Amino acid sequence: MTETVASVSALIVKTLLANPKVPRDINGSSKIVEDLAFDSLAVMNFVMEIEDTLDVSVPLDRLADIRTIDDLAACIVSLKQAS
Amino acid sequence: MSIFSKYEGLATALSAVTAGGGRNPFDVVIEKPISSTVGLIEGRETLLFGTNNYLGLSQSPAAIEAAVEAARAYGVGTTGSRIANGTQGLHRQLEDRLAAFFRRRHCMVFSTGYQANLGTISALAGKDDYLLLDADSHASIYDGSRLGHAQVIRFRHNDADDLHKRLRRLEGTPGSKLVVVEGIYSMMGDVVPMAEFAAVKRETGAWLLADEAHSVGVMGQHGRGVAEADGVEDDVDFVVGTFSKSLGTVGGYCVSNHAGLDLIRLCSRPYMFTASLPPEVIAATMAALDELENRPELRVRLMDNARRLHAGLQATGLRTGPQASPVVSVVLDEVETAVAFWNRLLDLGVYVNLSLPPATPDQHPLLRTSVMATHTPEQIDRAVEIFAAVAGEMGINPAA
Repeated sequence: MTETVASVSALIVKTLLANPKVPRDINGSSKIVEDLAFDSLAVMNFVMEIEDTLDVSVPLDRLADIRTIDDLAACIVSLKQAS
Repeated sequence: MSIFSKYEGLATALSAVTAGGGRNPFDVVIEKPISSTVGLIEGRETLLFGTNNYLGLSQSPAAIEAAVEAARAYGVGTTGSRIANGTQGLHRQLEDRLAAFFRRRHCMVFSTGYQANLGTISALAGKDDYLLLDADSHASIYDGSRLGHAQVIRFRHNDADDLHKRLRRLEGTPGSKLVVVEGIYSMMGDVVPMAEFAAVKRETGAWLLADEAHSVGVMGQHGRGVAEADGVEDDVDFVVGTFSKSLGTVGGYCVSNHAGLDLIRLCSRPYMFTASLPPEVIAATMAALDELENRPELRVRLMDNARRLHAGLQATGLRTGPQASPVVSVVLDEVETAVAFWNRLLDLGVYVNLSLPPATPDQHPLLRTSVMATHTPEQIDRAVEIFAAVAGEMGINPAA
């Protein structure tokens, strides 16, 4: 199966919504730190979950440029394509 | 706008910790050590259960004497870095001594343990390499990864299978892969399954660095750490450690059989651009290392004490880590409870470390204790009694 930014973004939103502390109204343009109130450790732990679901590793330096859920989805798709 | 505006959140968090008249836990002053296990805090004799002084050697008479003699013979400082201002004979002696202790061919000494990780990791893993870090790695390991610009991939804490999965994803990717684990993790005191990581390293061809800061002098028949205890020292390419725990002084090191380690002296910024260790610290460290080697009973007593403290705290019903090690942490749910608990312990004469998220695993606040070979059973029992009393006072009913 080939992932697209939209499909990965939807998967991220679904994974996030499994956490009851995450606001219910998030979407692809939600900002991970500001809108989800995640600290740096929470972001890294959450990305680890997504990595396992999609069998991909996201180097931490790539996270520095990621603000929204769609940014993360685009990063993951590019990493998947590169591999 | 103040340059400090960005720290408003931090100031608010600190105010919350000290609200209600509590102390600032990051500003406790140990006015004077009475012994390795008792210090004067707020004018009162207080049991020290939070110093990482595992063998009690910060107060070793032999180390103190060696420091005094070295200061008299060589002065109190080196006033510069080894690369710019010269290596002194004592630096070389200490490196030879450590290499012999670890049975490795090469040793590099750094001015602190933090710098040892920073300097080794940043120099070994450059921007085209991959660093695979345990999710619960110490800040010095993360900082080393940033200084070296390596690509960093985290694996689940103490999970060699998870590491293996992540290394498999990197198959065929250019660049060296350096795996970093710690012998004993500093927050919960849990021990790395080193043999499992060594097996993954062998299978994948990755490099393995073990930070044995909390485990040297503590684990292994000769005190060389978890790699020795697990019989896999040959699989560990680099051992990094510190003098500021079981050896009771300050400084850090990396030992290895790889001759390339000596090249790092010419490119590791935390080694090159800082003052080298002063003579009295080197002399005291070597004297402490003699004690570590010649008094194996200290390790036996330390582990007996660790088991006594761990079992005692578990018996009170408080939640602790799964295994007895010299770091025993009580896990609480709310920061507010942890702060009040910590204040009350100090009121009653027990000093422990208050560790708060995000520096702790799983976002839980911890009352982190570290035990020493020099604690008496009575001191440990007294500390456990005080923990139980405070839990009772605060209405914490952990058994429920």
